[in-house]
Amino acid sequence: MPQENDNIINELTQGEYKYGFTSDIETDYIPMGLNEDIVRLISSKKNEPEWLLEFRLKAYRYWLTLQMPTWPHLTIPDIDYQKIYYYASPKKKEGPKSLDEVDPELLKTFDKLGIPLHEQKMLSGMAVDAVLDSVSVKTTFKESLAELGIIFCSFSEAVKDYPELVQKYMGSVVGYADNYFAALNSAVFSDGSFVFIPKGVRCPMELSTYFRINAINTGQFERTLIVAEDDAYVSYLEGCTAPMRDENQLHAAIVEIIINERAEVKYSTVQNWYPGDKQGKGGIYNFVTKRALCKGDHSKVSWTQVETGSAITWKYPSCILRGDHSVGEFYSVAVTNNYQQADTGSKMIHLGKNTSSHIVSKGISAGYSQNSYRGLVKVAAKAENARNFSQCDSLLLGDKCGAHTFPYIDVHNETAIVEHEATTSKISEDQVFYCNQRGISTEDAIGLIVNGYAKEVLNKLPMEFAVEAQKLLAISLEGSVG
Amino acid sequence: MLTIKNLHANVNGKEILKGIDLVVKPGEVHAIMGPNGSGKSTLASVLTGNPAFEITEGDISFYGKNLLDLLPEDRAREGVFLSFQYPVEIPGVSMVNFMRTAINEQRKYKGLEPMSASDFLKMMREKKEYVELDNKLANRSVNEGFSGGEKKRNEIFQMAMLEPRLSILDETDSGLDIDALRIVATGVNKLKSSENSTIVITHYQRLLDYIVPDFVHVLYKGRIVKSAGKELAYELEEKGYDWIKKELGE
Repeated sequence: MPQENDNIINELTQGEYKYGFTSDIETDYIPMGLNEDIVRLISSKKNEPEWLLEFRLKAYRYWLTLQMPTWPHLTIPDIDYQKIYYYASPKKKEGPKSLDEVDPELLKTFDKLGIPLHEQKMLSGMAVDAVLDSVSVKTTFKESLAELGIIFCSFSEAVKDYPELVQKYMGSVVGYADNYFAALNSAVFSDGSFVFIPKGVRCPMELSTYFRINAINTGQFERTLIVAEDDAYVSYLEGCTAPMRDENQLHAAIVEIIINERAEVKYSTVQNWYPGDKQGKGGIYNFVTKRALCKGDHSKVSWTQVETGSAITWKYPSCILRGDHSVGEFYSVAVTNNYQQADTGSKMIHLGKNTSSHIVSKGISAGYSQNSYRGLVKVAAKAENARNFSQCDSLLLGDKCGAHTFPYIDVHNETAIVEHEATTSKISEDQVFYCNQRGISTEDAIGLIVNGYAKEVLNKLPMEFAVEAQKLLAISLEGSVG
Repeated sequence: MLTIKNLHANVNGKEILKGIDLVVKPGEVHAIMGPNGSGKSTLASVLTGNPAFEITEGDISFYGKNLLDLLPEDRAREGVFLSFQYPVEIPGVSMVNFMRTAINEQRKYKGLEPMSASDFLKMMREKKEYVELDNKLANRSVNEGFSGGEKKRNEIFQMAMLEPRLSILDETDSGLDIDALRIVATGVNKLKSSENSTIVITHYQRLLDYIVPDFVHVLYKGRIVKSAGKELAYELEEKGYDWIKKELGE
């Protein structure tokens, strides 16, 4: 641990967005723009079955009828959907069979990001699926997981190898008609991860997907599908970065999780897409739909997210608590600096009896940024004895930024107990001076104070991620206190 | 080691310090007394570089360095320590983490390697004995939920950890009952050496029964108007500050 802390401090002094490099990888694009032919082309590039093409086309046609939502507390510039590449892949037609076949430039990219694709080099016992632009590059530890009956592979492979599972579950939690970006994703999604944990199996290692946008003017539209059968358990991590570019890039993902009886899924995200520069130029638009269905009795899902990146974030990881006694949790730290905007929170839909949910949201705003918590707690008529506790805290650095809370509570059963607590605070000059007086610089002091503030959420992350997240928080806020 | 010359300082445009001169040598204990609003706490803030105060004139030299040129954190790393009158709470930051960051920053400044975790924890165990601090302290957040007495003990504990060359105790006795006062004062005395110096800022003579000063200065309206040995403290206790005002012809 001491070493880690020192590293955090060293990292701090480096500052800026350190994942902003671009890799010189030969990229295979399809023509720019979006129309039915593009949707067909993506599908044929991936040799998809007919039903999947139909799914895409239905989604595309539906998307055409929709308008961009205006309800978020965000200022989103017009997006020209015809100026985006919907598919870009590192050149190399077939997926590599072994690491030797992977483009060395690609390996270097993931090495630089600290994502080990060499299994023998991995110390932490974490299996990784690496997704660059539109395709999955490599999935590690596939074989050893397969021995337990666990499927962990790219979404494309799943379509090929387990079509019946994909067909059964895809779109069952987030339908293509769910919302504007879900429809767009359903039409043009390219790759992502698929996880299946069979009955009674506890996944012995953390599963992780690492998303990287490299190619210019390219949108990333990935889908993640996780299925946990009865009594299964898995902890899943997601990380993301992108190069620094002056243009905005679009990322519209879908995550669907299905959890059966007594099963548990933990889903952790460290989102560090390029946030744009200090003047707010460039950065990723991160419009994501994430939802878990607690289908079985006594099932449990836990979302933990550390959101530091993206120019604009629009994301509400949600839990549908259908099984009796099912539990949904949402722990979030969202940091915005400079001109970043975030509208994020959770939805807890209580359908089953004795269901409970817990929301802890910690917003941190600095610079000229706007940071909103938006959450819904809904208790259906038949959800006897539902329980919810929400805590939404905002921390402001400086006086040019904004923090907002939009809690919606919709209760149709009188046995429900729903609690909501909210606080807003500032880092005081006295706290910073107190640290200064003990020899701690202002930047480090802010890092310490912010990490202290977010501790409750950071503690929920797996160890390796927690350390990474701590560093990220400090770096994201660098220069925010003058 | 510490030489203050003609120090003037403002807060919010109002002049609080109006020409302070003070010389503190290694091993000495100086008490600074004075009525409310005389500028005692301002002097402590200015010495440690609190940005709320503006220096308009004067010099502070500390072991040959111009203290006014240094950032607050560098002054701390040079060995200037302030025991705060009102220590702030930092929620979620454990004392262990806080102290380790502070110690390692100081070591880095001196060109030393960071301390190992085991050495650090051993040091913490030893040093908290100075002020009879609870074992659970280490896992608690900085000053969060501490009683008034615990906060002051925690200040002296940090002083023991950081081993400063100059300690400034700002009203460390305020809000302490007699037992806590004894514990705090005993801690300070144990830390005293011929190398380091202490400036004790206080209203009352009672702290000076425990921490015996070599010099007592009376600060009044932003100036040191009287300096003498420890007997001055007793005189002030007995007569109040009015006789000094009279001496000044007010």
